[in-house]
Amino acid sequence: MYSYYLTIVLAPLFAAIVAGLFGHKIGRKGAHSITIGAVGLSCLLSFYVLYRMYWGGAEPENVSAYTWAVSDGLRMEIGFLVDRLTALMMAVVTFVSLMVHVYTIGYMHDDPGYQRFFSYISLFTFSMLMLVMSNNFLQLFFGWEAVGLVSYLLIGFWFKRETAIFANLKAFLVNRVGDFGFILGIAAVVMFTGSLDYVAVFGQAEEVAAQSIEVFPGSPWNAMTLICILLFIGAMGKSAQAPLHVWLPDSMEGPTPISALIHAATMVTAGIFMVARMSPLYEFSTTALAVVIVIGAITAFFMGLLGIVQNDIKRVVAYSTLSQLGYMTVALGASAYGAAIFHLMTHAFFKALLFLGAGSVIIAMHHEQDIRKMGGIRKYMPITYWTSLIGSLALIGFPGTAGFFSKDLLIEAVRESHWHGAGAVYWIAYLSVLLGVFVTALYSFRMFFLVFHGEERMDKETRSHLHETPWVVTVPLIMLAIPSLVIGWYTVGPVLFGGFFGDAIVVDPGRDVLAHMGEHWHGPMGLLTHAWQTPVFWLAMAGLATAVYFYLLRPDLPAKIKAKVEGLYNLLDRKYYFDDLYIKGFAAWGRGIGTALWKRGDQFLIDGVLVNGTANSVGKLAGVMRQLQSGYLYTYAFAMIIGLTMFLGWLIWFR
Amino acid sequence: MVDNLLSILIWLPVAGGVVLLAMGDDNDAASARANAMRWTALAVSVLTFVLSIGLYTGFDNNTAAMQFVERAPWIDAIDVWYYLGVDGFSAPLILLTTFITPLVVIAGWDVIKTRPAQYFAAFLILEGLMNGVFAALDGLLFYVFWEAMLVPMFLIIGVWGGKRRVYATLKFFLYTFLGSVLMLVAFIYLYRLTGSFDMAGWMEVPVGLTAQKLIFIAFLLAFAIKVPMWPVHTWLPDAHVEAPTGGSVILAAILLKMGGYGFVRFSLPMVPDGSRYFAGMMIALSLIAVVYIGFVALMQRDMKKLIAYSSIAHMGFVTLGFFIVWHMFGESGAVLGVSGGMVQMVSHGLISGAMFLCVGVLYDRVHSRKIADYGGVANTMPVFAAFMVLFAMANAGLPGTSGFVGEFMVIIASFKANPWFAFFAAMTLVLGAAYTLWMIKRVVYGEVANDHVAALEDLNRREFVVLGILAFAVLLVGLWPAPLIDMMEVTIQHLVEQAGQTKY
Repeated sequence: MYSYYLTIVLAPLFAAIVAGLFGHKIGRKGAHSITIGAVGLSCLLSFYVLYRMYWGGAEPENVSAYTWAVSDGLRMEIGFLVDRLTALMMAVVTFVSLMVHVYTIGYMHDDPGYQRFFSYISLFTFSMLMLVMSNNFLQLFFGWEAVGLVSYLLIGFWFKRETAIFANLKAFLVNRVGDFGFILGIAAVVMFTGSLDYVAVFGQAEEVAAQSIEVFPGSPWNAMTLICILLFIGAMGKSAQAPLHVWLPDSMEGPTPISALIHAATMVTAGIFMVARMSPLYEFSTTALAVVIVIGAITAFFMGLLGIVQNDIKRVVAYSTLSQLGYMTVALGASAYGAAIFHLMTHAFFKALLFLGAGSVIIAMHHEQDIRKMGGIRKYMPITYWTSLIGSLALIGFPGTAGFFSKDLLIEAVRESHWHGAGAVYWIAYLSVLLGVFVTALYSFRMFFLVFHGEERMDKETRSHLHETPWVVTVPLIMLAIPSLVIGWYTVGPVLFGGFFGDAIVVDPGRDVLAHMGEHWHGPMGLLTHAWQTPVFWLAMAGLATAVYFYLLRPDLPAKIKAKVEGLYNLLDRKYYFDDLYIKGFAAWGRGIGTALWKRGDQFLIDGVLVNGTANSVGKLAGVMRQLQSGYLYTYAFAMIIGLTMFLGWLIWFR
Repeated sequence: MVDNLLSILIWLPVAGGVVLLAMGDDNDAASARANAMRWTALAVSVLTFVLSIGLYTGFDNNTAAMQFVERAPWIDAIDVWYYLGVDGFSAPLILLTTFITPLVVIAGWDVIKTRPAQYFAAFLILEGLMNGVFAALDGLLFYVFWEAMLVPMFLIIGVWGGKRRVYATLKFFLYTFLGSVLMLVAFIYLYRLTGSFDMAGWMEVPVGLTAQKLIFIAFLLAFAIKVPMWPVHTWLPDAHVEAPTGGSVILAAILLKMGGYGFVRFSLPMVPDGSRYFAGMMIALSLIAVVYIGFVALMQRDMKKLIAYSSIAHMGFVTLGFFIVWHMFGESGAVLGVSGGMVQMVSHGLISGAMFLCVGVLYDRVHSRKIADYGGVANTMPVFAAFMVLFAMANAGLPGTSGFVGEFMVIIASFKANPWFAFFAAMTLVLGAAYTLWMIKRVVYGEVANDHVAALEDLNRREFVVLGILAFAVLLVGLWPAPLIDMMEVTIQHLVEQAGQTKY
């Protein structure tokens, strides 16, 4: 199977190199053919791997590709660990990537950077596969940074736009803040285990958890807690958890296909995947899990609220992504790793669908993204309308859709996870994910109604050109709508309760909520028939109803409410002032420190006083000494007499 | 394997330089004679590089002993020998030197209009002398090469430099000369102690603790100025700004490495107790270099200054990796730190060289190094922009490029020494990305800023070759550093043993 793994990883890389370096030679058709062919091959083989792993009963494989370096007994390798967790991720990543590749033909049709774009997204697929297939921390970090690089390049794809190149720098730097923690976490892993290899590290988890380290003198910290929190800081950057979430909404400056692929379906879920992969470590630190669940809960609820006031179609979806990532993080913190990964999967389908649907609308609207200038598009774009409806229903967890199964069970898992006690952590988490359901339904259908229903608010010129997008756009929409609708039904049982992940995910039996829930599992039909008994369902319906009332029946109301609660509105509109804090605060302080150190430290103190000061002093001293060399005999004689006197004095008194 | 390969690597380029000087200069840079000189310079430097490959292929990774040794009496009266040899520290640095020099020759090809022959001669002679510094095993011989090297560099900045070149050369010369004079005093002390200039003997001889401390300080001044470490770094930005592109490349890529090399060749093995005594201070200075200089680099308006400051920050990792040796309490990790520091030296040679060449490409066209004079270069120079972004990413330590390898190893090792060391060192992840990519944003991206940028032409074939070769090297070391690390591993283990012993 090793050659299969190599092909899966290297095919997109090869295509990226060809499309990137020889793009002008092979032309547009050549570029998209080779990249789609390569990613298609990867996708096919990934599904074959998944098939073998699940239905074929193949054992997990851990193979080393080559030794990167060995120093001081520390082996640094490149290799693959393929188990069911990996196989699932590979299938999701390559499938969504393939759909986005096809879609891109339509979306980037007129763009002069066509070949470059295909090169980048293929490179992204390679990087993401390296990340999920890694069997060690070094390669994990490689993939981690490589997807960050491609994200940087793609957000700034239209590099003439000032907003785009601001956003990509911001995204890279905020991610680097997370990576700062991440690399320290890896360093801590090496310190306590002496290895970078997953299997070796997981094997020593128990011993590590028994150790402690004094980061601050006098207050020993549990080693595992330190490791897990540091690693999670990395996940907060990559998966955009508060307070490192600020880069994701701005990343919408990039072309829509990559918003779907990178900033919704795959890259941003890397943090979720990483924590699930590290479950053998996290299970030894309830402190770290409590941190995870609180951060996730804050993100899930508060980022969702921001979605309600956004007017850019992509930003609404972006805030929804933030909120859903928060849901996944909450599940991780509740030790329901399986539920997190399951939601990751369904979310990848319906969120990619929503983004691509939004992109389809944007194409038809000639790159207008303001939903206040849309409306009534339903009749012009039926395929986009119906697929977007499916995506929105899946997002709010409408019974039967993929999102229903994943979200409902995720919330159920949080409710059941009593190990946090009934203390503050538990209630924060549970109430956040519960109330988040209402918020999700409200902002999703607010956008949906404003775009597809109601009054046609676009100008005449745009309206006359409105029509359904070409098949390269609509086929991916349909291909993604199908799993968004039905995949939950088929996979929920095996993935969540059928022991799908095997040994890939380790949970302390005392806290294993999913196993506990599995005892009462009666199949998807059972869940569906009881849906209306849960608060989740009614909250979603309430959110949907609110959206219907405000945006279909009484479209005059929102503006009035907005005027009434201006303070709250401003708070949301300014995104809780995080951007102001970071840009006017940290960034400005950083530049201030830089200027101060440069002007005061380097130029004034070191160069001015010490270096040139020394040179000047030498010069002045020389000037004084030169006075002595007067050439007059009496000066020399006088000096000799003084010298003689001092010498004699020294002989008499000190010897 | 040639018996006197090291001598060839030293004297072949020097001889080539002398021949060029003897041929006399031609101020018409387009003339056939000037052309012949260019090709001679290129031929000599490429031949030197090809020969130096023998140093890699013939190198035995399994011994810490000196290899390719040559020994002949030089000055009998005071027992000075012409004594050459390489181990895992010097061999990679010699290879770096012979690799970079041809690139510098190509980079200066038709850019240098005045006295091209003398320009190329200076670089060839400099190459030979730098190889001499790395290969010398006799203290006095080392000192001769060390000081002689200043002369061509002084001329390169002073003759082909920018407007304030006189200030910069003086500062450069006085700074570095001041440090090396004290080193000579330490050499003479050690000579008096052993009766010989044999460096291996200096490593063996017991030295009292006070003497070790004093010797360490003498060495420190010489090497810290070269590295350069905070606070004796201020000559570097000035020298870089005024130096011609080729001078900046050699300065950053090789000359700075002499400081790091000095620490592992002299300070650590010869005065281990002195080094241990000052290790805490050295670590503090290294971390100041990473953090303080990182902030200073952020605010630079001149691209060359920015890269110069970034060099200082990156070299902070080198000294950090070297001086955490004593914080490991006999556990593993010390070798990893030193190894990381060495890899960082080689990698920084490639990346900073490439960055200076990128600035050179822009400077040749627009005659400005100011960031504010650019913007939207990617519109008119897409190929160049791709290279510059790649090297910028390498400078920011992206995995897959050589810039990551050393930083990663040093951060891992220093966490073991003390998590706070790693904490401050890892700040480079944010700072390094901030100053490098902010520059990229302002120079490469955006709308075409002015007519100069609109008139830019993309890389010519010569520039493409130079940057392409460097890009290949940066990626190779980043994706597969094993050959480089294997070459040094045993030597470093030996050094860690030496540094761990007490010799007073």
